[in-house]
Amino acid sequence: MSPRVESSGGNEKQNRKCSASTKSHSSTRQSPVGEKKMSAMQEISPHVRNMKQLQYAVLAKRASRIKEELRQGVRKPFKELIEVCWGDPHRGGVKPLTFVQQVLAGCVYPQLVDSDKLPVDVRQRAELLLKGCAGGSVGSYTATRGIPEIVHRISEFITSRDGGAPSHPENIYISPGSQWSLMNVLNVLVDGEASPRTGVLTPRPCYLSSNLSMVGLGAVTVPYDLCEERGWELRVEELHGALESAKGVCRPVALYVINPGNPTGHVQSRESMQEVIRFVSEKRLFLLADEVYQDCVYGEQSEFLSYKRVLMEMGPPLSDTVELASFHSASKGFMGECGLRGGYVELVNLDPAVMKCIYKLFSTDSCAPVLGQFALDLLAKPPQPGDPSYPLYREETQHIRSMLVRNVKRVFEVVNGLPGLCCQPVEGGAFAFPRLHLPPEAIQRAEEMGMQPDVFYCTRLLEEAGVFVSPGCEYEPKKGTYHFRFCIMVPEEVMEELLRRLSSFHTQFMKDFS
Amino acid sequence: QQMSQHAANGLPGRVKLLNVDNMNPNVKRVEYAVRGAIVQRAVQIEKELKEGVKKPFDEVIKANIGDAHAMGQKPITFLRQVLALCAYPELLEDDKFPADAKQRARRILEACGGHSIGAYSSSQGIDCIRQDVARYIEKRDGGIPSNPDNIYLATGASDAIVTMLKMLVCGEGRDRTGVMISIPQYPLYSAALADLAAVQISYYLDEDKCWSLDVAELKRAVDAARQHCNPRVLCIINPGNPTGQVQSRQCIEDVIRFAKDERLFLMADEVYQDNVYAEGCKFHSFKRVLFEMGPEYSTAVEMASFHSTSKCYMGECGFRGGYMEVINMDPEVKAQLTKLVSVRLCPPVPGQALLDLVVNPPQPDEPSYHQFTKERATVLATLAEKARLTEQIFNTVPGITCNPVQGAMYTFPRIALPQKAIDKATEEGLSPDMLYCMRLLEEEGICLVPGSGFGQREGTFHFRMTILPPTEKLKIVLQKIREFHVRFTQEFS
Repeated sequence: MSPRVESSGGNEKQNRKCSASTKSHSSTRQSPVGEKKMSAMQEISPHVRNMKQLQYAVLAKRASRIKEELRQGVRKPFKELIEVCWGDPHRGGVKPLTFVQQVLAGCVYPQLVDSDKLPVDVRQRAELLLKGCAGGSVGSYTATRGIPEIVHRISEFITSRDGGAPSHPENIYISPGSQWSLMNVLNVLVDGEASPRTGVLTPRPCYLSSNLSMVGLGAVTVPYDLCEERGWELRVEELHGALESAKGVCRPVALYVINPGNPTGHVQSRESMQEVIRFVSEKRLFLLADEVYQDCVYGEQSEFLSYKRVLMEMGPPLSDTVELASFHSASKGFMGECGLRGGYVELVNLDPAVMKCIYKLFSTDSCAPVLGQFALDLLAKPPQPGDPSYPLYREETQHIRSMLVRNVKRVFEVVNGLPGLCCQPVEGGAFAFPRLHLPPEAIQRAEEMGMQPDVFYCTRLLEEAGVFVSPGCEYEPKKGTYHFRFCIMVPEEVMEELLRRLSSFHTQFMKDFS
Repeated sequence: QQMSQHAANGLPGRVKLLNVDNMNPNVKRVEYAVRGAIVQRAVQIEKELKEGVKKPFDEVIKANIGDAHAMGQKPITFLRQVLALCAYPELLEDDKFPADAKQRARRILEACGGHSIGAYSSSQGIDCIRQDVARYIEKRDGGIPSNPDNIYLATGASDAIVTMLKMLVCGEGRDRTGVMISIPQYPLYSAALADLAAVQISYYLDEDKCWSLDVAELKRAVDAARQHCNPRVLCIINPGNPTGQVQSRQCIEDVIRFAKDERLFLMADEVYQDNVYAEGCKFHSFKRVLFEMGPEYSTAVEMASFHSTSKCYMGECGFRGGYMEVINMDPEVKAQLTKLVSVRLCPPVPGQALLDLVVNPPQPDEPSYHQFTKERATVLATLAEKARLTEQIFNTVPGITCNPVQGAMYTFPRIALPQKAIDKATEEGLSPDMLYCMRLLEEEGICLVPGSGFGQREGTFHFRMTILPPTEKLKIVLQKIREFHVRFTQEFS
């Protein structure tokens, strides 16, 4: 039996009790009838137990309580909460795109299509989408990969985005959000019972759901550090270092990259991506490229290039041999339709026999929600110049774009102007991830309260200033560093208010703990 | 399905980095017949028809999957009105929409972040919707309390089922979790067990007794299983899929007693709870029966029950809406469950909204009540009629024996196959009922799923057909199958 390996952050020690085979001396709760519970902690999948408990849940409870108190008229230094812990533009106050709303309504209630309440191009698009639905209803199941016409349009979108590199519908799967297909692909890569354990290289810091998925499947996450001082750059030396650290611990099979970064906001250069591609080729790793923020790029020097494009433009043999899965979603970008659960994966250079197994795996999920599929269609093929809806669409997306550019600039200015806080430029993505340089007294106080220092800070920020952000420890950054993450996809007024409250809180906090 | 040359991906002849020898071996064992080889062939035939290839039929009838709308069933007006209002709230100003639809849409939007169904919800599902679900369950179950904290909304019931199994499967070697599933069963279960490397413990439903469940058979199965695994879970589908049987109250009590005695976690898949047709049959929820059996059971038996928006009278498969209710779960375990569901962020919000309407339908004093009730009654009555018709017609075919379709959406008749046909199938490396179904598809354009995809007693053969095609078409389908069966039997005698 292989030795148990630390696979996630420090918190899991509390969750892990004795191994599953010792159920006879478990400390299970007794039901009134004197019997052990059937679903006791010891009889739960160890992979599930090893998944970290989220700090978010604790803060969310507090936030709920505060909201309730505000509703009841309790006096507070703020009138409402600013909730920026999730990458959720609509929750943050960004308006949904009118065209998307109209098309979805027309598809859900086709009687609208017959009336002239909706613009002509909306009606046409709804009719087109409904044609692809069995029985003309969004309530029907679809083909496993997704509605064929939509999958086709996504492949065209990818080709167009990637300067002509061909994309084939048979390689694309639409799923309820991108995390779902990431999990399916990981499931193929990871054998949870293998010895040595399967390893996946992941960035540090990293988006938490992805790491949790890996742990939940029984994989070991092998972190590679992103370089904070250089804007959270990915440096190939760190990849080598990570591989070294995995020796004797696990068998790495894949490299997970998030570009643009979450929580970091870094956008990779072509050179950096080429280094990554050469690395995975040399070290025989599968490349998992999470590109859901590809439409969120703000830096003047930054440009999003997809891993597929960079790979194809490097030519053979790499372009024929590197095995890649890239992920995108309707949850981010201008659309921000997180709640519809529409995402996809494109698989590149995979073994046909493995593809057959992947098909079967996806088929057990039946299909992605149809409205989520439609959202992807609108992402792949938005209104074009000349369409009746185009002017409004352009106005709305331009507004969001300029809002984001301004927000990013303001965040950089304000946060870097506060002593004890510093923030790398947000080149892309949905978040700012400032670094906290906490006074020793604050750290000590946090320890006394049994909290991580950044959780302590975020809790205070929530209680005293009504700003709900996410503590940096959730993203498993380098030990001894503290951060917090907040979403920058909010209306400008909200961002100004957020920055005002943050400045005032932070200044006071630093005073209190000097 | 043949991969096109383009999709063949990369250089031929080179050993791939990720290949069948180093991929997760569990995934290789996953099969899901409902969307398997026969369906892929059906899709190919549809393409050929579109391209003008001549065939003995001009459409493929996909009676393989429980998809009511695909077969022409109309959505319920009220549900779609509310969802349209949620999708495009400007329509709240439109007086063509009834007041009760608007009221519900407003309430749902109020509960969504930024008043948009495009915002994430909490991973367990929108609070007020879970509260509505709990109230619905209480009403359904004669007042037995339901705690919204025990309700988890999901991406269809399948998502919740797989999540529970993922939590419960552990142990190594002889300690590996064993999960009891019926034969025949809905192959999501066998697929999930293969993927999780759980031990499948099969218990046979009794075909001669209308597919009823016999506790003696459960006992046989679990005792045998204890030799090589740790049986911990018992899965029941009621009304049944593919078999359609609706369990009697007595049977449910017996199962609960059995689960308690054998210390099994009970998973009650009740997605067809409104689809009950046969005289004398009634849906009894496992939870209700459990609580009515008194505290000796209601405090001891742990279970999860599952429901969905894909079936019943709604048939809204494409929304991927569903929930599970967990009962008597260890609070620490429940915390683990809550943690696990957060990884997929949240279930689709439109599906959550739809579920809210299902548990909170128009009331007698509301404007939409009459139309809603009428539409619902029509759907269910039509299904009941088709269930009866199916059983009747199949039983006129020598060599086809069909149990009454008491509930759900399927028929699972037994087919007698000549030995020569069985031999031919073996030659071709197919299960005999797959050969039968493939022939039926090629000759008549009717797509069914062979019984081997669901499990059946050795030496018996079946197919699963949905009762969903519109009545007139269904009659034709039944007739064609009858003719085919006679032909097939003659050809192989």
